[in-house]
Amino acid sequence: MKKIEAIIKPFKLDDVKAALTGAGIVGMTVTEVRGFGRQKGHTEMYRGGEYTVDFLPKMKIEIVVPDSLADKVVSLVVGAARTGSIGDGKVFVEPLEEALRIRTGERGDNAV
Amino acid sequence: MKDLGSIARTMPWRIAVAVVVACLLAVGGWVFAQDKPPAPAAPAAPAAAPAPPPSKPDPAGTATGGIADVTAKTAGKPTLEEVADFAGHNRVSINLMWTLLTGFLVMFMQAGFALVETGFTRAKNVAHTMMMNFMIYAIGMTGYWIMGFALHMGGLGAISTMGGTGLLDSEFTISLFGKDFGLFGMKGFFLAGSTYDVAVFALFLFQMVFMDTAATIPTGAMAERWKFSSFVVFGFFLSMFSYPIFANWVWGGGWLSQLGKNFGLGHGHVDFAGSSVVHMVGGVTALAGAMVLGPRIGKYNKDGSANPIPGHNIPMGVLGCFILAFGWFGFNPGSTLAGSDLRISVIAVNTMLASASGAIFAMFYMWFKYGKPDPSMMVNGMLAGLVAITAPCGFVSSFWAFFIGAVSGVLVCWAAVFIETVMRVDDPVGAIAVHGVNGAWGVLSLGLFSDGSYGDGFNGVEGTVRGLFYGGASQFVAQIIGTVTCFVFIFGASWAFFKVYDVVFGMRVSPEVEMEGLDVPEMGVHGYPEIQGPATLVHAMGASMPKTPSMAMAPERSR
Repeated sequence: MKKIEAIIKPFKLDDVKAALTGAGIVGMTVTEVRGFGRQKGHTEMYRGGEYTVDFLPKMKIEIVVPDSLADKVVSLVVGAARTGSIGDGKVFVEPLEEALRIRTGERGDNAV
Repeated sequence: MKDLGSIARTMPWRIAVAVVVACLLAVGGWVFAQDKPPAPAAPAAPAAAPAPPPSKPDPAGTATGGIADVTAKTAGKPTLEEVADFAGHNRVSINLMWTLLTGFLVMFMQAGFALVETGFTRAKNVAHTMMMNFMIYAIGMTGYWIMGFALHMGGLGAISTMGGTGLLDSEFTISLFGKDFGLFGMKGFFLAGSTYDVAVFALFLFQMVFMDTAATIPTGAMAERWKFSSFVVFGFFLSMFSYPIFANWVWGGGWLSQLGKNFGLGHGHVDFAGSSVVHMVGGVTALAGAMVLGPRIGKYNKDGSANPIPGHNIPMGVLGCFILAFGWFGFNPGSTLAGSDLRISVIAVNTMLASASGAIFAMFYMWFKYGKPDPSMMVNGMLAGLVAITAPCGFVSSFWAFFIGAVSGVLVCWAAVFIETVMRVDDPVGAIAVHGVNGAWGVLSLGLFSDGSYGDGFNGVEGTVRGLFYGGASQFVAQIIGTVTCFVFIFGASWAFFKVYDVVFGMRVSPEVEMEGLDVPEMGVHGYPEIQGPATLVHAMGASMPKTPSMAMAPERSR
């Protein structure tokens, strides 16, 4: 199993969700997060004074899939979330040791 | 030691308030004993026989109301005297109705202030900021009823439009340069005795909501760090002393209003609806308070540069501004104290024009200078236009009204940045720039642009009110004297009050409370419980509290 973690622009969430569910992915977890990358936030004005927004709002999507589907999911996410401008986000893939469905006790690929 | 210090700093203010209230009640008893109510007025003319019910419905309304509705001994055949009585009663009725209704509009401005001030400050202080704006209505009203109104209006004399205010006939004066200088009124404490009168009560309502407008302005500039207990005592101070005394000088027959009669300076210091009496008083008090309190933690860096601290709810602030702009239709046109004075249409239009130009010019100024049209500054711009037109609204043409608002829209943006970065006074909502600076601009602009079309007999001076550009140079001098007096007296009195209170009892919450947000330590409740982090919720329930002065009070709260 692989866990795919994608940090994307908030307004791209609907596109990513549509792409994944269209490809038969049946579950995901979404969190509102804040952070910065190489861009290091940006500055704004309030009442004539400049201030820095260090942590920009982003969406974090977590998806767990069998190893065979991982590459496909990554390319779907990247395809749907890309705008081509700074701040599109990142995708992280990591191996996952175990999964367990609480209701039935199923384990492994059957549980995701 | 810290805990002992905090007890010493929290207990005496309650005792002090108790002593003050006891003294006031004693004064009240004395006033009741001295000032007997007048004998009931002679019974009115016997009521006319009820008009016969109309024989048929009147959907167009043209036949409803006629000679049969004039109170007369012989129904349908009133004498000339009866008609004249009826007309006089009708005139005063329209005026009292107008004064009361516009007063109700001004009362609603409290809601506008609450929303603007709370929207432009942070979510962690929302309950505290809201409740200052809420309680000032009750506290200010009480203080004004006890003695503020008497000091303010006790020597007013008769107002021809309202009937009975001639009962307010006692002004304390001193003699200087062979002229009388009225300092404060002495009748109307608790609205008791001979001031138990319909016209006096209508005047009380209208003047009370104006006083409350001034009283709620400083809560914005002093928000996010002011102890609630200190705010409560301040509410009584402003409504019972500082506001009534300056207001007496301008509106109660005091010395500033008599500069024209006594020294030939125009019509004396003229302030139609309160640019100086209400707004400048509020703004200058805010300046004194914010200076004594000091800036919020994190506002200034070590090198003296300022950090913006954005407000938490722009829609709330904008809604508040709209409510204020709506209430201003009571504030300015109501200040005729007469619905029968048809100048009210000019006043209402001038008021809305100045609010428009204030907002527009603030928008363009911020846009050109800083790149974006800052929402909080557009709100401040509209309010600045309204504040500035408040004094001259009755005396200028629509062109000058628009111009006055336009100047105030730029002035407020410039002043807010100046106060923040040069004077280094932290004013979270811009109250000093909006009300203090533009209040001064408003009364001065009256002395420049009044066009002589209105104000015959104002402050007992014959002829209409004319500004510098319309041949009234001495009027401008009177306006300058009024503005300087307002600043010197109000800043001096307020600063002394705040400083003494700060030294004796302490005005400011502890740094721990300020960092956490004032809502729980000061008020015992989160304004927005659901969106506070879990850490603050645990904190609120009393787990693992740090030892801070405010937390030392926690057991006392739970008792």
